[in-house]
Amino acid sequence: MSKAVSALGGVSHQGFAEVAEAGLRGMITVRGDLSSAAMKKAVKAATGTAVPAPRRIEIAGDRAVAWMSPDELLVMVPYAAAQDAVAALEKALAGEHHLVADVSDARAVFTVRGAKAAEVLMKLCPVDFATLAEGEIRRTRAAQVAAAFWKSGAEEFTLVSFRSVAGYVMGLLEVSSRKGSELFPA
Amino acid sequence: MLTLECPCCGVKAEETELQAGGEAHLKRYGPGSTDEEFDGYMFSRKNPKGVHFERWRHAYGCGKWFLAARCTATLEVFGTYPAQSKEPPADLQAKIRAKRPNWEGYK
Amino acid sequence: MSTRLSRGGRLIDRAKPLNFTFNGRRMAGFAGDTLASALLGADQMLVGRSFKYHRPRGLVASGAEEPNALLGLGEGARFEPNQRATTTELFEGAATTSQNHWPSLDFDIGAVNNTFGRFLPGGFYYKTFMFPRFAWKHVFEPIIRQSAGLGKAPVARDADRYEYAYAFADVVVVGGGIAGLTAALAAAKAGKRVWLMEQTAHWGGRAVVDGVEIDGEPAESWVNETIETLGKMDNVTLRTRTMASGLFDHGYIMGYERVADHTPGDGRPRHRLWRIRAGHVITATGAIERSLSFAGNDIPGVMLASAVRDYVVNWAVSPGDRTVVVTNNDDAYRTALALLDAGLLVPAVIDARPEVTGALPEAVRARGVRILAGHGIAKVKGAKRVTGVSVCVQAGEGAELETIACDAVAMSGGWSPVVHLWSHCGGKLVWDEERAMFRPDPARPATGADGAAMVTAAGSANGCLTADEVLADAHKAAGGKGKAPSAASAAEAPLLPVWIMPQGAGPALRMKMWLDPQNDVKVSDVQLAAREGYESVEHTKRYTTLGMATDQGKMSNINGLAILSDALHRPIPETGTTTFRPPYTPISLGAIAGEARGEIFQPLRRTPMHEWHETHGAHWEPVGLWRRAYCFLRHGEGVHDAVHREIRTVRNAAGLLDASTLGKIIVKGPDAGKFLDMLYTNMMSTLPVGKCRYGLMCSENGFLSDDGVVVRLSDDTWLCHTTTGGADRIHGWMEDWLQCEWWDWKVYTANVTEEYAQVAVAGPNARKVLEKLGGMDVSKEALPFMEWREGTLGGFRARVYRISFSGELSFEVAVPASEGRAFWEALIAAGEEFGVAPYGTEAMHIMRAEKGFIMIGDETDGTVIPQDLNLHWAISKKKADYLGKRAQERSHMASPDRWKLVGLETLDGSVIPDGAYAVAEGVNANGQRNMQGRVTSTYHSPTLNKGIAMGLVKHGPDRMGEVLDFPVDNGRVVKARIVDPVFYDKDGEKQNV
Repeated sequence: MSKAVSALGGVSHQGFAEVAEAGLRGMITVRGDLSSAAMKKAVKAATGTAVPAPRRIEIAGDRAVAWMSPDELLVMVPYAAAQDAVAALEKALAGEHHLVADVSDARAVFTVRGAKAAEVLMKLCPVDFATLAEGEIRRTRAAQVAAAFWKSGAEEFTLVSFRSVAGYVMGLLEVSSRKGSELFPA
Repeated sequence: MLTLECPCCGVKAEETELQAGGEAHLKRYGPGSTDEEFDGYMFSRKNPKGVHFERWRHAYGCGKWFLAARCTATLEVFGTYPAQSKEPPADLQAKIRAKRPNWEGYK
Repeated sequence: MSTRLSRGGRLIDRAKPLNFTFNGRRMAGFAGDTLASALLGADQMLVGRSFKYHRPRGLVASGAEEPNALLGLGEGARFEPNQRATTTELFEGAATTSQNHWPSLDFDIGAVNNTFGRFLPGGFYYKTFMFPRFAWKHVFEPIIRQSAGLGKAPVARDADRYEYAYAFADVVVVGGGIAGLTAALAAAKAGKRVWLMEQTAHWGGRAVVDGVEIDGEPAESWVNETIETLGKMDNVTLRTRTMASGLFDHGYIMGYERVADHTPGDGRPRHRLWRIRAGHVITATGAIERSLSFAGNDIPGVMLASAVRDYVVNWAVSPGDRTVVVTNNDDAYRTALALLDAGLLVPAVIDARPEVTGALPEAVRARGVRILAGHGIAKVKGAKRVTGVSVCVQAGEGAELETIACDAVAMSGGWSPVVHLWSHCGGKLVWDEERAMFRPDPARPATGADGAAMVTAAGSANGCLTADEVLADAHKAAGGKGKAPSAASAAEAPLLPVWIMPQGAGPALRMKMWLDPQNDVKVSDVQLAAREGYESVEHTKRYTTLGMATDQGKMSNINGLAILSDALHRPIPETGTTTFRPPYTPISLGAIAGEARGEIFQPLRRTPMHEWHETHGAHWEPVGLWRRAYCFLRHGEGVHDAVHREIRTVRNAAGLLDASTLGKIIVKGPDAGKFLDMLYTNMMSTLPVGKCRYGLMCSENGFLSDDGVVVRLSDDTWLCHTTTGGADRIHGWMEDWLQCEWWDWKVYTANVTEEYAQVAVAGPNARKVLEKLGGMDVSKEALPFMEWREGTLGGFRARVYRISFSGELSFEVAVPASEGRAFWEALIAAGEEFGVAPYGTEAMHIMRAEKGFIMIGDETDGTVIPQDLNLHWAISKKKADYLGKRAQERSHMASPDRWKLVGLETLDGSVIPDGAYAVAEGVNANGQRNMQGRVTSTYHSPTLNKGIAMGLVKHGPDRMGEVLDFPVDNGRVVKARIVDPVFYDKDGEKQNV
């Protein structure tokens, strides 16, 4: 829908890493019994993947599902597919105690790209990047706001924050990626 | 600044990712309780120099509440465990007793 | 004269000269210089004035312990006061200024205090500025503020940027001397993730200056090889120019990296604060040489022996042509040798020890230097520069035996381990009688999360004195396997503790023995404090200001507490030390703030319509971290006029309010109704699907905590609106009860506050605006008051609630946040023909007050229960329990004497000031006027054209029509009548059309 715009309109900055607002993404909060057969089926249908293990994210093409807490998943689909996905999840989980909520418009998504992408986030998040496993989603804070990120490519992180603080988060990323401020200059 | 391992997601979180929630294992007293019972529930808190059980929320992480046993004097952490516990797990109590022989118990 | 030597200087690059200025004078140094070495090399020994007496102050040390050489550095947006010359690297164009002098460094009027120094004893401030009381504010403080203080605060906005970085390591080694390198290597070889940091720009510490040999090679090459080895290991991080400023709980250690202090303006962050979580910390922080207390020990030219050596060896700077060495130990003889090697003169070594025999003294003796054993300095001659010393016997009272001409004095009173980091988090010290030092007590270290030691001290920081001892200790500290590196160290004779020189010095001499040259604390001050009854070292410190300056007494605090112990006739360990607190040396405020400045000082939450508001005259109001439009200013319009215009627009046409910030929480599940019945004071389980109900939430203490409209979305799903500030708090509150108390209830919540942009469309024309957009039926029949429907409006997916906070016909419309801006603009366009305009929070506040609606935060302040606000209709009597119910049954809560909500109408139409109190007859036990009520909300109502207010008044609802007195200012009293708080449309006809 052309009326829908992301918080920052896809702004990007090139420092020692490239930081960019990634645009709208379909996101759906799913709460329920993560071990139930219905949940497995619902997730498989929505994303084509299994229910992720604790702190893991399962990615399949433009769809993904992340473990958020022991009773919560975040299903990610293309923005335009969110409403259908919500309906499908609702249907698949009917009869189970669950909650499905479209949060596509409540989030802002960012990518941090480059060989030193991790160094941008190391300035903002109290996270030990050396122990961050492949396929791990880490919920933490970026400076003063809540954030979650995962390694979405060989030299890329995807970071999600609340939409209202998108400008703040982009400010953090821009300042932290400025050239000359590499933490471990070659 | 403390670090506590969230038993719900396994993240070793630092204090800035957590929200403190005060004393653990309080029993709620509602309508029908005596003034003394309600007063104890609402206002009376332990303030031990030593072993203490506390509520913490992994606020910047999985959002779950959990409980922690630590020493208020040395900040030693004996363990963390789910919020859905009526009392500290037996093995945790045993561990604390081994480290603090004079500990008078969690109640 | 101090001067640059023609040869040597291991740290300077003579091929790279650098220009700088001192007090406007052009000077030159070399790359590799510190400001201190460059100043000395340019014959600038005098660098400042002391705090109290404005005495001339020269360089004393070569490192972090330097008490005197604090300079203003830089200009304009890069000016910073109090930069320590000894730890600041020289760079091209550095502009430096001396501090604390007037009118000039060489001629200072404040030095008159020096002449009258006898009138400024220890505790002077406490004794003098007590009476009369008014004088403090009007006489003493202004004068002290004018003349005291060190540097001037910068005026310009800081041009530099700063940042944090988080790091994690198994072992953090602090200190890049041979102990630190040895420990780091041992830990790294064991596979540990190692962080090694050094506060200076160079590795190696003292050993490379002292010419130590390690494993048969010069220390310098051993250091270089070790750094190369460590640099190649993936598990090792090496950082120079990074000081461990403090150690905190659970191995949290701060590393203050001076990234670009030596390359200002190159675009890099100036400082970076590393927040490192360490599994274990090894403090290889070295030791600091102590000064000796003899008369005139503060005259420029008197320096620490180790510093003299550093300046000669590292920077090829000679502090003087003729340097007298005065000592109580063997180590200082290395300074004599270094001076001799550089071709300088050492007229004598004055050694307080009666017998001087060791290998180092023998080497000095062999070079023809006179050694005066059992002697001391009676007095240093000179004013702004040393001209000589008079010699006495150490055991005597200071009778001058002879005068030795010299222009520098190198003093050594022994060494104190740097125990700061060890102590920051609770590590304890022991007094080592033989070495006359406080050293870490390995039996009482700081402990970490696992209850085990989290710090180990290594090398000279652990009290080791010789290189070989240092290496073995550091290897062991890191759990090193195999043989430790070793150094051939000649045996050194023990030192003789010397706390004053000569030991029988009389008052005249003691008044000239400086302990704290920055704060001007002398031996006589500490002795006076002891005589006046100060026994605790902490009290003495504060009374005399010993060690309270920016150097925190690194050089001579031990001397001070030894003198206090002596004066109190008790052993030194009984006196103990003052508390070591972070930071080790001052760090910049910029580093502490990190990235948080300017636009990202704190998060700013923006609604999807934020930019539209910004370009349409929004006058912002902060609400939590949000910005909300207080009103929308039109060209040439004042705030007051805008607010009133907006109210008239809503009352007569229609207005648009951005209500996106309201909290929105989904509560779903088989037990959701039961849960909400516990959370709200009223019944929510009975709310029919499709309907809305206003609800109140209380704390367990009974106090009203939040309110909002609850919506029944489906059989098992509710949507709870909260206040703007309450969204996260209430969501957390719900989760707390669900996770920690009623964990067997089947309820899920989700905070969807930011998913929706929400717009209140309010006013008689509201329906016409929505109908113009087209789509769903919003007629009275299809969408009655306090109901909601879902559909589309102008092609937007919308959920529409018929709720009103203004008292007018009102719809609150929620659309996906991503479409919020487009929807808002569509409403503006559709509303044009109906006179629609946006309105802000102030218009909303006034309109709700006209309707008598309460506002959380105005009518409530954490001490108000719903019953106080006459909200009994929203408190269920049927429910056995809800959060806060038990508390509301407590006697004080149920008292009929509680202040209750009423409306207030001024007799003269004026507005009562916010927060005004209504007085009652008589006075209370404290003699204060009795009170009977207070104002909670007060406005000028443009609708009624008069001042209206809400307030809490004792027995208020029973006193309708009574007039209360509200004294406001200067004896003026506003009279207001108690009325019904609903001022406008009492029957609610306007909202229900």
